[in-house]
Amino acid sequence: MTPQAPTGGSVPAVLVLEDGRAFHGRSFGAQGETLGEIVFNTGMTGYQETLTDPSYHRQIVVMTAPHIGNTGVNDDDPESGRIWVSGYVVREPARISSNWRSQRTLEEELVRQNVVGIALDGTRALTRHLRDRGAMRAAISTVETDPERLRERVLASPQMAGADLAGEVTTTEPYTVRPPEGVPTRFRVAAVDLGIKAMTPQRLAERGCEVTVLPAGAGAEEILGLRPDGVFFSNGPGDPATADAPVAAMRAVLESRTPLFGICFGNQILGRALELGTFKLPFGHRGVNQPVQDVHTGRVYITSHNHGFAVDAPTGGPFETPFGRAEVSHVDLNDGVVEGLRLLDRPAFSVQYHPEAAAGPHDAAEHFDAFCDLMAASTDPSSSSGRPAEPAQS
Amino acid sequence: MPRRNDLKSVLVVGSGPIVIGQAAEFDYSGTQACRVLKAEGLRVILVNSNPATIMTDPEIADATYVEPITAEMVEKIIAKERPDALLPTLGGQTALNTAVALHDSGVLAKYNVELIGANVEAIQSGEDRETFKGIVERIGGESARSRICHTLQECLDAAEELNYPVVVRPSFTMGGSGSGFAHDEKELRRIAGQGLALSPVTEVLLEESILGWKEYELELMRDGNDNVVVVCSIENFDPMGVHTGDSITVAPAMTLTDREYQHMRDLGIAVIREVGVDTGGCNIQFAVHPGTGRIIVIEMNPRVSRSSALASKATGFPIAKIAAKLAVGYTLDEIPNDITAETPASFEPSLDYVVVKVPRFAFEKFPGADPALTTTMKSVGEAMAIGRSFPEALQKAMRSVEKNGVGLTWAGEPGDAAELLQAVRTPGELRLRRIQQALRAGASVTELHEATGIDPWFLDQMLLLEETARDLAQGRLDTRRLRGAKRLGFSDAQIGEITGKTEEVVRELRYALGIHPVYLTVDTCAAEFAAKTPYLYSSYDEETEVPPGERPKVIILGSGPNRIGQGVEFDYSCVHAAFALSEAGYETVMVNCNPETVSTDYDTSDRLYFEPLTLEDVLEVVRAERATGELVGVVVQLGGQTPLGLARGLKEAGVPIVGTSPEAIDLAEDRGEFGKVLADAGLPAPKHGTAHSFAGAREVAAEIGYPVMVRPSYVLGGRGMEIVYDERMLADYIERNAEVSPDYPVLIDRFLDDAIEIDVDAIYDGTDLYLGGIMEHIEEAGIHSGDSACALPAVTLGKEDFERIRYSTEAIARGTGVRGLLNVQYALASGVLYVLEANPRASRTAPFVSKATAVPLAKAAARVMLGASVRELRAEGLLPAEGDGGTLPMDAPVSVKEAVLPFNRFIDRQGEGVDTVLGPEMRSTGEVMGLDADFGAAYAKSQLAAYGSLPTSGSVFVSVANRDKRNLVFPVKRLADLGFEILATEGTAGVLRRHGVAARVVRKHSEGPGPAGEPTIVQLIHRGDVDLIVNTPFGSAGQSGPRLDGYEIRTAAVVRAVPSVTTVQGLAAAVQGIEALVRGDIGVRSLQEHAAALRGEAG
Repeated sequence: MTPQAPTGGSVPAVLVLEDGRAFHGRSFGAQGETLGEIVFNTGMTGYQETLTDPSYHRQIVVMTAPHIGNTGVNDDDPESGRIWVSGYVVREPARISSNWRSQRTLEEELVRQNVVGIALDGTRALTRHLRDRGAMRAAISTVETDPERLRERVLASPQMAGADLAGEVTTTEPYTVRPPEGVPTRFRVAAVDLGIKAMTPQRLAERGCEVTVLPAGAGAEEILGLRPDGVFFSNGPGDPATADAPVAAMRAVLESRTPLFGICFGNQILGRALELGTFKLPFGHRGVNQPVQDVHTGRVYITSHNHGFAVDAPTGGPFETPFGRAEVSHVDLNDGVVEGLRLLDRPAFSVQYHPEAAAGPHDAAEHFDAFCDLMAASTDPSSSSGRPAEPAQS
Repeated sequence: MPRRNDLKSVLVVGSGPIVIGQAAEFDYSGTQACRVLKAEGLRVILVNSNPATIMTDPEIADATYVEPITAEMVEKIIAKERPDALLPTLGGQTALNTAVALHDSGVLAKYNVELIGANVEAIQSGEDRETFKGIVERIGGESARSRICHTLQECLDAAEELNYPVVVRPSFTMGGSGSGFAHDEKELRRIAGQGLALSPVTEVLLEESILGWKEYELELMRDGNDNVVVVCSIENFDPMGVHTGDSITVAPAMTLTDREYQHMRDLGIAVIREVGVDTGGCNIQFAVHPGTGRIIVIEMNPRVSRSSALASKATGFPIAKIAAKLAVGYTLDEIPNDITAETPASFEPSLDYVVVKVPRFAFEKFPGADPALTTTMKSVGEAMAIGRSFPEALQKAMRSVEKNGVGLTWAGEPGDAAELLQAVRTPGELRLRRIQQALRAGASVTELHEATGIDPWFLDQMLLLEETARDLAQGRLDTRRLRGAKRLGFSDAQIGEITGKTEEVVRELRYALGIHPVYLTVDTCAAEFAAKTPYLYSSYDEETEVPPGERPKVIILGSGPNRIGQGVEFDYSCVHAAFALSEAGYETVMVNCNPETVSTDYDTSDRLYFEPLTLEDVLEVVRAERATGELVGVVVQLGGQTPLGLARGLKEAGVPIVGTSPEAIDLAEDRGEFGKVLADAGLPAPKHGTAHSFAGAREVAAEIGYPVMVRPSYVLGGRGMEIVYDERMLADYIERNAEVSPDYPVLIDRFLDDAIEIDVDAIYDGTDLYLGGIMEHIEEAGIHSGDSACALPAVTLGKEDFERIRYSTEAIARGTGVRGLLNVQYALASGVLYVLEANPRASRTAPFVSKATAVPLAKAAARVMLGASVRELRAEGLLPAEGDGGTLPMDAPVSVKEAVLPFNRFIDRQGEGVDTVLGPEMRSTGEVMGLDADFGAAYAKSQLAAYGSLPTSGSVFVSVANRDKRNLVFPVKRLADLGFEILATEGTAGVLRRHGVAARVVRKHSEGPGPAGEPTIVQLIHRGDVDLIVNTPFGSAGQSGPRLDGYEIRTAAVVRAVPSVTTVQGLAAAVQGIEALVRGDIGVRSLQEHAAALRGEAG
């Protein structure tokens, strides 16, 4: 148990949406003012992972679960080196932390990282509003108490559509994540960091991958120059329609027939590389309870999601692409959104959701095995390099 | 995969009577399952001995057998109906055990019946502790270190190895029956001894203690395509050591990080796969070490459970319904989520609220019982509440449990912090209140955590309540303070306590400030998708979600948490009202807070408010409903005393009450006013009086003449009711019931010795009376009607009696102004029909009468309450065109209702049983029904269903009070003729011998073993040498007086599960039952066949 921290408690704060709806509450975390696209997350656990997920860059996140911060904050669970959300909206911030791994309270951490948050009663009303009207721009402030004036600043802030944000969250220098002690290195993987979560290279490393994480700007030459057994494109924030450089790099990887795996933003990049469109969902998928079905086996995975954009692809069966036939491998059962792509003539696949979980269920962890299988098949001299991918059918 | 089309008919096995550990939740789950299967076009055959259930309504299944759930009887049903499959996972441990027995005896194979929803291997590996431990090990999980033992010596050796304290868990018992903590050898001998006896396989598990660890549960579902979802996580407020049924529990889990939760989820999924639960639900329990996070998998139930009913209500995910669909072949992704209508059931609900469940106990009914909470479940019911924060939900739940002296309070002085900190070390009914009082008295969260092991986060949330209360006390009750308190769940009454105002003043102030709750939807998805089902809860939150009404609305108030005296039978009537009024064109609005019931299923009514049943909470629902349409009125007659108690307050607030008016309700409760009604109609009542002090009581009793029956006014279930034989006992009674005062008078009635008690349920519309049924009690007057067995049609009454009863009932109905249901209790003594009491509401016998006479009484009553006449309902077909329950043919089949008592659940502080003698205070938890052509067979079935058996051979021990000896001779003689060996104590044996009945004399317990080691009767019982016990109490009934021999005998009978008869009338009935069993011609008949026969005979 960490001693009781002073809560923002008595300092008034206001949240204003771009359509003018305002919510009054109390400051939680740092005081000040922040802008961003407001989205809601329905996960009941994993606030620490959510806060540190780079895909939430420039987003104000509303937690639908009312009690947040109960287990405090530790140094093991973050998904990156810092909190990325631009603002945080909760209903009932914990007054104390209670967990054997807790090192400090959530509020202390928000203050330390200067993250502006608000505690307000109407998180459900806010969520319903966003569900009905779509994600939109918003601001939280403890300094500007007039909602109308705050709204003017919201309206002047940039939209998420058209935002190119990977460059803002990516690593500046390449680094390598090696298999843990006792696990022999089987493959070398080049991972393009578009906002990568720490758990992803770790999941690969556990399976014997030595993962070199490259900055978002890495070109084909730099990626393939590592002579990797496989290439990975990560999750990340922003509009995939702006990600021309990663799309070009991925096309070169596909051209080379190096096994390829993408997650989330990486799935959208693959979509674009295959000349499919991407579009912004009304309010996105953010949570840890989304049912995704493998279209071949019928198996349903409960998966972790964090995406505001999706790929527009035909779900009826294989279709032609510049890289041969491809198909939609997974769909979301809630709304039919494309959740996975697979090339039938090249060793490449991607999923829109998060098999690395963190936060969320581990149901889809087998995609990492499938990626390893692809790399094994392509490094196996007895196998042809153009062997179709067989992911996620263990 | 779509539904299997090779299945045409399914036998669903219910759970039988309501007992502690297996309660109304199985009516909820069984009803859901039957409806689903029927909607799928399958022929549904149901067996359940409990008539007070919705599931045994004839329209729920195609063939409904209200028969004992024993392997023998179920085999008869299988032989007759030849079902393709048997679904055993929705009827609790009873159904599962029966299915295993039918499998083991080859019955399923013989009749080619497929077990669906579970396979025997999975059931056994889930239930068998050693096998389960192996499974946990295989999936990489941890179990508590343990040893399996089959003898007491093995237990003692194992405990040396594991170190005390150790946990004792008998194999294959339900609700943790027989389990407990042994801190030393003496306790181990007792607990393990009983556990070995209770376990059908004479096996107990001894385990290292994980006392004080955090306790969690996961509810999982798996389909035939191996998809698994976790429906809900539940965290116990009370740490390990208290049975989860007796714990305050919270959903979702509050104090786990994602890593820890996902690890638990992975373990849960691995377990369900490894155990091999084919399809359906399971519940897995975990313990987490608070300092290291070490997770131990405790156990799993491969079936729908109490926790899954709770999880269904907590999330809106209908586990039982979906389990039934999975059992017939569907996969989760093929089943729509009813609540969103657009998304599939293959997902995990996300909650944007907090659910708190609080158990309700009945220790006051068992004064000798040890009230400390252990791993054996002792609660008789539970309430659930939903709020947008833990404090709000906790406060609402404590209100919902509706028990004085248990909830959180700021009235009076808190007491001494040090003493309270000591008291909270022992888990018990009052622990939460004591924690709150300790915080009031200045104890810290750290101190309380150290004393209780309860997670500091929960305790800090309680501290928040305390801080809020202090702030309230400190200043003007302005909007900020009032709203701040309301959002944390403070009731108007509590705010009044803190601020020195009455509840009414607080409410007026609150209304004046415009502070009202809003109603939010339980939508399974934290608002990600729109909800189509109005399943609502209140919160002092931002925006209300009550949809506009379409038709005139009727609010039905439910009965709250189950308790002794107010159980599932009241829920039954509420559900029927919802069905009938919906059919009649009303929009039905249910208010209730009991997660175990059909009434709180989101598709029972048009709208469901999961709310406490207090005046404050109900008035707010009324306000919300009036804001969205026309409210015709509120139904208060059907949910028992809980809604009835709200009638006056509602009426005073201008809320229309439909049916019998609050004035008429009061009139029936008021002895003086009611006496006038009886006098006007010329109906006799036993002499009676009311007293406000001992002096007054002594005077009244002297005038009436002893023995007298004394009781507090306004009670249900005979609470505090006793038969008093002399002045000394009266003084003792008044002393123990110290509340007696001008506000709480005591009622004194002449007690009629040797009277036949008669129970009548009727409907009155202002003009015509429909006599629902006349029940004759088997036990004499003086045994609470809820604990007495009864027969319908009455077995010893004649036509003339029936006419007198009809005349009297109609006179009472007219005189009191009943519109709807009326229950009257009569006593027939020396040819005089005395009126004991009248209750202008649904009675607990309404469902039994409905089934016995094949007439839906509660439905008809609901219609009458809203203005329909008996004549119209006869024309409509809801009531029979002619005749009623008073005109059943004399040769009609006989239905016997028998009460089921929970004595085997309670032990006193010395670790011994509590007395089983029946008295005027109700103590049964549930009931069964036996239906057959004659009384003997029907009674035998009722005993089979309630207690598992009546012997057909062996030895009978007889020891009765002097007054009963004369009536004993004939039935005992008959037993001797049937070949039983008769054992008796000296005095009784002498009487029997003089009548030519050979009886072997056995030593009394008080005499101790004989010189040559001759055993006492208690020892014989423990040795298993006695098959039936007849023991009527000496002196007064219903009290735990000195340790008389009878007490020792009866408690031994409970421990050894030997059938025990405590009244002479009961013995006569038992003999008839034994004769029927010996004849061996007991068959099975469905309610549908019964109804057809009654209609045929009537027409």
